[in-house]
Amino acid sequence: MTLDDGVRVASLIGASAFVLGLHLMNSPATARRGNQLSAAGMTLAVVAVLVQVGHGGTMSATRWLVLLCGALLGAAAGLYSARAVAMTSMPQLVSLFNAVGGGAAALIAVADYQHHPQVSSGTGIASVLDVLIGCVTFSGSLIAAAKLQGYWSQPVSFPGSRLMSSVLALAAVAAGVWVIAGADNAWVLLIVALAATGLGIGMVLPIGGADMPVVISLLNAFTGTAVAMAGFVLSNATLTIAGALVGASGGILTKLMADAMNRSVVSIIAGGFGTGAVGLAAAP
Amino acid sequence: MSTGFVGDLTIFVLALLVGFEVISKVPATLHTPLMSGANSIHGVVLVGVIILSGFVSGPLGYVLTFLAAAFAAANVVGGYVVTDRMLQMFKKRPVPVKAAPPHAGVEPGDDR
Repeated sequence: MTLDDGVRVASLIGASAFVLGLHLMNSPATARRGNQLSAAGMTLAVVAVLVQVGHGGTMSATRWLVLLCGALLGAAAGLYSARAVAMTSMPQLVSLFNAVGGGAAALIAVADYQHHPQVSSGTGIASVLDVLIGCVTFSGSLIAAAKLQGYWSQPVSFPGSRLMSSVLALAAVAAGVWVIAGADNAWVLLIVALAATGLGIGMVLPIGGADMPVVISLLNAFTGTAVAMAGFVLSNATLTIAGALVGASGGILTKLMADAMNRSVVSIIAGGFGTGAVGLAAAP
Repeated sequence: MSTGFVGDLTIFVLALLVGFEVISKVPATLHTPLMSGANSIHGVVLVGVIILSGFVSGPLGYVLTFLAAAFAAANVVGGYVVTDRMLQMFKKRPVPVKAAPPHAGVEPGDDR
């Protein structure tokens, strides 16, 4: 068995642990064990890929330094905030973690594209979707966290917000098509990123604070999909599997949460446009 | 770990189907922990950042990798720890129920 095979087997075990862990989390008695199983699978997958790149011979001292400094800093920040957060503030922290996850997925596509901008159409589509979905979740989750924190729990909407969203969507799609058609220029992908960031803000701002848990769950599913797209960009099955798993299960969970509140997901997302002005008029 | 575009697509679609099936009837109290658990799983993006770090170059590439590494590590570490804390809180629930058992027939702490 070569090292590559070993890494693949470790990744397979990791991916299976994600599926089983998520399944165990369906019931209160086994939920904690499920989360621990999923964490063990994650550790295995991360260690395996570290060994793989370490043996690949492409890691220079600078690359190790950049990777490890970034990862340790992020891990420390994540650990500290997860330990320190008050029980009541956990949903907004989850939203923040979701934001950075989506941001990381988008950054992967941007970094990969600026490294070699000549992409095949398959990779091009995946890169564009990764950046688009990742940036929407990044900004959307930040706004959702701020809303839960109580900065603006009222729906916010302003004249022309719908027009702005349409223009941004159009810009994102146009730039995205250009990238897929072979723009060969990292700035074009940056337009997608900026437009998508604006879209995320425009999507969540008009939604009221009470609907935020459902919105966060939806954005969580989005991040899963973005991570799956990052898996396509890097041709890595672990990312594709885990991302698709979260994308699909997060979608189902979003529906369950909306049902529990007697709401429909569509009316929450679209309702922001309808009720936003009323909410703002009633607020002051 | 290249499997080609169609191979990736196959894996993607099958994993989607698994994801649809893996969530069944979840009690409403578990919705938030489950969301948080799924949130930590997409922290697997850290694996992608590690692969990325093996081929990027130039100042811009390093800055992007650094940011992505910090983001992904915060997602994965914080995600698991906060989910565990939520579920710990969940486990403590039956204790007050057992401490005060005057209505022995009613069991509010649904510990399936």
